[in-house]
Amino acid sequence: MDILNALVAFANFVLIPATAYGAQLALGALGVTLIYGVLRFSNFAHGETMSFGAMVVVLVTALFQSWGISLGPLPTALLALPFGIAVTALLLLTTDRVVYKFYRKVKAAPVMLVIVSTGVMFVMNGIVRMVVGTEDRRFADGARFLVNARDFKAWSGLDEGLAIKTTQVITVVVALITVAALFWFLNKTRTGKSMRAFSDNEDLALLSGINPERVVTITWLLVAALATIAGALYGLDKSFKPFIYQQLLLPVFAAAIVGGIGNPLGAIAGGFVIAFSEVTLTYAFKKVITYLGPDSWSPDGLVQLLSTDYKFAVSFAILIIVLLFKPTGLFKGQSI
Amino acid sequence: MTKPDMKKSRAPQYFLAMALLISAVGLLQSWNSALSILNMGLISAIMALGVNLQWGYAGLFNVGVMGFVALGGLAVVLTSMPPVPAAWSAGGGRIVAALVVGVAIIAGAAVLWKKMPKGRTRGLVLTAFLVAGFFLFRFLLDPAVAAIEAVDPAVSGYLGGLGLPVMLAWPVGGILAAGAAWLVAKTALGLRSDYLAIATLGIAEIILAVMKNEDWLSRGVKNVNGLPRPVPNEIDLQNAQWFLDMMTRFGMDPTTGSSIFVKLLYALLFLAVIILIVTAMELALKSPWGRMMRAIRDNEVAAEAMGKNVTGRHLQIFVLGAAIIGVAGAMMTTLDGQLTPTTYQPLRYTFLVWVMVIVGGSGNNWGAVLGGMLIWFLWIEVEPIGAWIVNVITSGMDDGSAFKAGLIERVAYMRYLTMGVILLVVLRFSPRGLLPEK
Repeated sequence: MDILNALVAFANFVLIPATAYGAQLALGALGVTLIYGVLRFSNFAHGETMSFGAMVVVLVTALFQSWGISLGPLPTALLALPFGIAVTALLLLTTDRVVYKFYRKVKAAPVMLVIVSTGVMFVMNGIVRMVVGTEDRRFADGARFLVNARDFKAWSGLDEGLAIKTTQVITVVVALITVAALFWFLNKTRTGKSMRAFSDNEDLALLSGINPERVVTITWLLVAALATIAGALYGLDKSFKPFIYQQLLLPVFAAAIVGGIGNPLGAIAGGFVIAFSEVTLTYAFKKVITYLGPDSWSPDGLVQLLSTDYKFAVSFAILIIVLLFKPTGLFKGQSI
Repeated sequence: MTKPDMKKSRAPQYFLAMALLISAVGLLQSWNSALSILNMGLISAIMALGVNLQWGYAGLFNVGVMGFVALGGLAVVLTSMPPVPAAWSAGGGRIVAALVVGVAIIAGAAVLWKKMPKGRTRGLVLTAFLVAGFFLFRFLLDPAVAAIEAVDPAVSGYLGGLGLPVMLAWPVGGILAAGAAWLVAKTALGLRSDYLAIATLGIAEIILAVMKNEDWLSRGVKNVNGLPRPVPNEIDLQNAQWFLDMMTRFGMDPTTGSSIFVKLLYALLFLAVIILIVTAMELALKSPWGRMMRAIRDNEVAAEAMGKNVTGRHLQIFVLGAAIIGVAGAMMTTLDGQLTPTTYQPLRYTFLVWVMVIVGGSGNNWGAVLGGMLIWFLWIEVEPIGAWIVNVITSGMDDGSAFKAGLIERVAYMRYLTMGVILLVVLRFSPRGLLPEK
């Protein structure tokens, strides 16, 4: 029995990565849920929006690095983030004016907007590929670890080293700041309140003199910020691959629906539910169980419930369970 | 009276133009590429027919086309490859037992859910039952999988198929896809339309994950090569006297000739399938059933008030559409002669098919066929056309310039942008497509 080592191994491979991943998913799901709440459609281009935002951050980071600007131990990408948000906001607002606005005017069915968003997805995908190609890019610089496995072993005297990557801490901190700012905006400012009013009851909001186009513009600005931050954080934590964001679409949607689509608080909860289930179910628990079991005993297999390639199956299974038993999600979202 | 006639008269012109486009490829590039485009165009047309059935007839948004296409491909392996007796004796029985137990567990869970009284006990018992069932399933499955995958992994390492004629795999592909579609639709239909879309997105990813990882079933990323073919082999043709005689009569090189001959045979097979499906769909559309479907699509509330079972009919049409897509997937894998799970990409196999349906004209079967052929043609030809344009523009530039090299590299990705723009433009300015619904 060696509970401390088991705990450290668990934290190292499950707790910390899942928290960082959960924060990234939560930010992505917040974007999806805001679009759903205000514009009333599921945006299939959201993965590509994240990819686009991350791409701008990657390019600006490279520019800063070539100028010799850096943040010391922090990644330069943090400095590039505002530029990424600005460019993504410009793209989203242009897309809205050129593409989506028409369908709002003719009051098209939500499913039409979903199809339109797949067209937007193609275009954004093409843009990203044409600008940066398809290869992997690492753009994290600065200190790699906040807590190093070797230092931790020396400090604690345990066999199992704890490693916390700088990017993981930054992910959580940035996500916390972003979410706090978003909730402050939605709950305390006049504009935020008008947005929530519009999301709750469009007709009533229109009657009380809220300008719908302004609400839509602000929504896209918020979505640009959320998507860029989510995309950049994910890219910092792993590496920037234009393809990968397409695959994030399913867990992001699942997170939004599990939490109750249209409900921001639910999106955050959903992000963590999905991330923790995914990481826990696909982690090989052999090490942890070896520590917990009697001395010199270890399980034969990897004690992995599902192969990591089935992580989509986890999001999907949770999605299906929620759809079957609680279609409005854990927190009450809009059911229609 | 004149209006429908005018619309009707547009279809032959478009198909003629399509034929001219493909002939242009034949004349300018090679007849081999032209026939390749034709064959994949015909298969794409069948996929588009399946999506059109779901979207055009019932307004159901399926984002899992890729999954059903891949299932069709799996069907080819499972039906036509010869079985691997060593693998079967190593763990075949145990795999079958594990799968039976797996199904029994899920069925048992469903029975428990129905029979037990509502409350916390039910949730706990059900969870315990499922967890225990999962471990039992893995206990049965894992050793069998290891045993099978150890059997000569370089060439087999899987159970193989049934060794039946490959054409039989096409309907089997349809049945597999229909089964998967039934499972998805059963859970997601009746909820909001976006939920069905997201659920299909999920099932497609899972089908692909299974095909990539379950080596005992599909050899995973090691691919299955050398699938049986419904048409003769090029090499055999080149050695056959009657074929050589025919080639000398046409004055053709037997090597090129044999590959063109084989592609023509495929084209005939695919054409036969398309004619069959379109005829069936047109007949169905004109029948009372088709009128009911359109009534439901146009006004669900009214149709429900008339006593129509909307969710039931949606389920039916979703499953039928998926079956057609599955058939197309099986045909595609047959044409390729190999199953490579890593080549299935959602943009290519799901969203491109959507572009085909929307551009062709949703609700119109001939439109779906035309859209399938046209968009496939563009998907293949945008790249060379773009490269040609770039070459013309940059012809004045220095050959070594980084700008020119960059432009030429970028042009490879232009087709994604082009497809998106085509979809958006058609949706905005001509939402009924090239051949509108009659």
